Amino acid sequence: MHQNMTDQNTSLSPLDLETPEKPFLDANELVINMGPQHPATHGVLRVILRLDGERVMGLECVIGYLHRGVEKIGEHRTYTMFNPYVDRMDYVAAVSNGLGYCETVEKLLGVEAPPRAQYIRVILTELNRMASHQLWLGTHALDIGAITPLFYTFRDREEILKIFEKYCGARLTTHAFRIGGLQYEAYDGFEKDVKKFVSFVAPKIDEYEELLTTNRIWLERTKGVGIISGKDCIALGVTGPVLRASGVKWDLRKAQPYANYKNFDFDIPIGQNGDTYDRYIVRMAEFRQSLRIIQQAVDGMPEGPIMAKVPKVIKPPVGEVYHSIEAPKGELGYFIVSDGSTQPYRMRVRPPSFVNLQALDVMCRGAMVADVVAVIGTLDIVLGEVDR
Amino acid sequence: MQAFIHYVQSYLTSDKTPGAAGNMFWAFVYILLIFTGLSIAVIAMNWLERKILAHMQVRLGPMRVGPHGLLQPIADAIKLLLKEDIMPAEADGLVFWMAPLIVVLAAFTVFIVVPFGPTHAVTDMNIGVLFMLGVSSLSVLGVVMAGWASNSHYPLIGALRSSAQMVSYEVAMGLAVVSVILMTSLNATGTGTLSMIGIVQAQQSQGIWFIFKFFPLGLIAFFIFAVAMVAETNRAPFDLPEAESELTAGFHTEYSGFRWSLFFLAEYSAMIAVSSIAVTLWLGGWLRPFSSLLSGSTWDLVFSLFPGITFLFLAAMCFYSTARMPKHPYFRIQTIGLAGFGIVLGLIGLVLFVTPVRDRVQDIYWFSLKVAGFMYLYIWYRGTFPRYRFDQLMKVGWKVLLPMSLGVLILTAGAGMWFSVGK
Repeated sequence: MHQNMTDQNTSLSPLDLETPEKPFLDANELVINMGPQHPATHGVLRVILRLDGERVMGLECVIGYLHRGVEKIGEHRTYTMFNPYVDRMDYVAAVSNGLGYCETVEKLLGVEAPPRAQYIRVILTELNRMASHQLWLGTHALDIGAITPLFYTFRDREEILKIFEKYCGARLTTHAFRIGGLQYEAYDGFEKDVKKFVSFVAPKIDEYEELLTTNRIWLERTKGVGIISGKDCIALGVTGPVLRASGVKWDLRKAQPYANYKNFDFDIPIGQNGDTYDRYIVRMAEFRQSLRIIQQAVDGMPEGPIMAKVPKVIKPPVGEVYHSIEAPKGELGYFIVSDGSTQPYRMRVRPPSFVNLQALDVMCRGAMVADVVAVIGTLDIVLGEVDR
Repeated sequence: MQAFIHYVQSYLTSDKTPGAAGNMFWAFVYILLIFTGLSIAVIAMNWLERKILAHMQVRLGPMRVGPHGLLQPIADAIKLLLKEDIMPAEADGLVFWMAPLIVVLAAFTVFIVVPFGPTHAVTDMNIGVLFMLGVSSLSVLGVVMAGWASNSHYPLIGALRSSAQMVSYEVAMGLAVVSVILMTSLNATGTGTLSMIGIVQAQQSQGIWFIFKFFPLGLIAFFIFAVAMVAETNRAPFDLPEAESELTAGFHTEYSGFRWSLFFLAEYSAMIAVSSIAVTLWLGGWLRPFSSLLSGSTWDLVFSLFPGITFLFLAAMCFYSTARMPKHPYFRIQTIGLAGFGIVLGLIGLVLFVTPVRDRVQDIYWFSLKVAGFMYLYIWYRGTFPRYRFDQLMKVGWKVLLPMSLGVLILTAGAGMWFSVGK
């Protein structure tokens, strides 16, 4: 058992985390339970750590404390009724969840949202990506001990939430999109607000970077910590900024363009080392790319209808569909099997957080306890999405 | 009775500390004054830290309890005292009970030798610096005991981290202190001193604060001490023992209520203690700034007005805030309270202008002001830096600070030799 833990070749082997036979002080080995109530596990994640002093020999994640059976609920609701539920999965990126769901059902129905609706969707989704990254940055820095960035990011995230609130009345669980387009036309002054936000937030991102990017302690805490190779990422199904920071240029917005993303000009930032610092840099660069996309979308917003022709009662043809989008945390996929009725026969969600969380063990072996906290932060998980 | 009054009065003409003059009565008075002052300082520090940190983080901080949250520390203290005193069933009772006492004792005992002025210390030991370093490092014992007695994993790891950290930073700290003691020996007799008062008097007679002595050697030694003292007091960015995001609350995870508040008290008084060592050793202790550049009786007078002006400034700030208070009846009591607080501060300020008070208080004022500067630095660090990892912390202590302080020590010795031969 002990051999298994330290052997580097079996870094992907399942963990055997039974209670040690001897008391911990004699065995020179400490089993620590971190969570589900712990300030740094971002919700109700429970991590069982096996320590040799401060060094992590292995860990196991215990999830399910926030399981609500969202997928099962989906099978008992009509397609329209299920739409607000998806907001509750990754609640810091509710708009992205909504986009993924609406596009999947649209694909099943064979309709496409009109251009204006797609532009507004892109603006809101990219705003939400920024809000999600801001929350990640704040909490990640807080985990590493820098308490101030949290308040800066929350101050600026507030501006995004205000735009959401003005648009659809909700700040967090927005339910912004409908199957086939949008329910609400952009409010008066929407474009002005978004433009104002873009010019407001650009210097703020420099401010965050000023606090952290060249900070000596930040560099020491993040460089070379939680390294994962691109190969391991692909093997584990890790997507999103974590994958890109390991040098794999894979972004669904470019790879399988959806929602008009092919019309926008933006880059995919990638890292080389796959360490925590690279993931930080990639996400900081994504802030700027999101701003570029928003700027282009606001400038080129077409006129026209915002809702496609969708029947009042949605009864998709028999069949199945898988559609995925690039959510702030990675690939968010929906798999829906339709039996021709008003409710899906099977609803399956592929949440990025759940899949990315698998990499935690690989990234933490041989690291220190403090690194576990940093790695949980850098994976950017939301437990609402991990457990569904 | 007459004899007692005579005994009390006899000290007033003395130019020594009560301890050195052997006057028990005044020593006792001084101990009480320092204890009170320290408690007030910790309370003020609690409020200031929350306020300053809040303003650094674009928020307001405490605003509800009292005007601008001024009564928040008192409310907190009452809350802590009323809380249930929990001792884990698995804990080692006696050790658990003793640990906070040892920490508090170590933190407070140090203040016996802190010189607030040439006569304003409880006593003047000839091994003052050693005493301070020795007693303040006793607190690690309490920390280890707390972590051990809690019989729980997180406190244990916190205590292990803490002891390793305190012990390793003490080495660099001690070497930095030695370079100051070398500097004190640059006089006619060539003998240095370990007495806290003696060190300040050496700076006075050499006409330079030791931070500027043999520039940049004094500055580097000061820098080493300044880093080590943050690590020594377990404050950000070296607050690993109580790393909230990793170990919840480190060695005092299992403590609550009054016991927890003892740890809190000890942490802040330890901060003040190490800051006062730094002030005494490098920043001229109670000496006023620019004493050689702006010398003469006129400048002395100008600088002696500073304590009063400071209090008047604080009073003016209170009045300004009073004027800005919302006019709603709900805020009436708070407005009156703030104005009253301003009046009290203003009166203190006016009293500080009276000549005999002014002459006696200015030493204490300059000393406290310099210590307050350090306290601000502590808060600033906390708002700015992420936390070091354990191995990095050890690396900084042993591989960076220790060689640096050894180098500075050798260079200081060399410079001292060079300049005394030159004479």
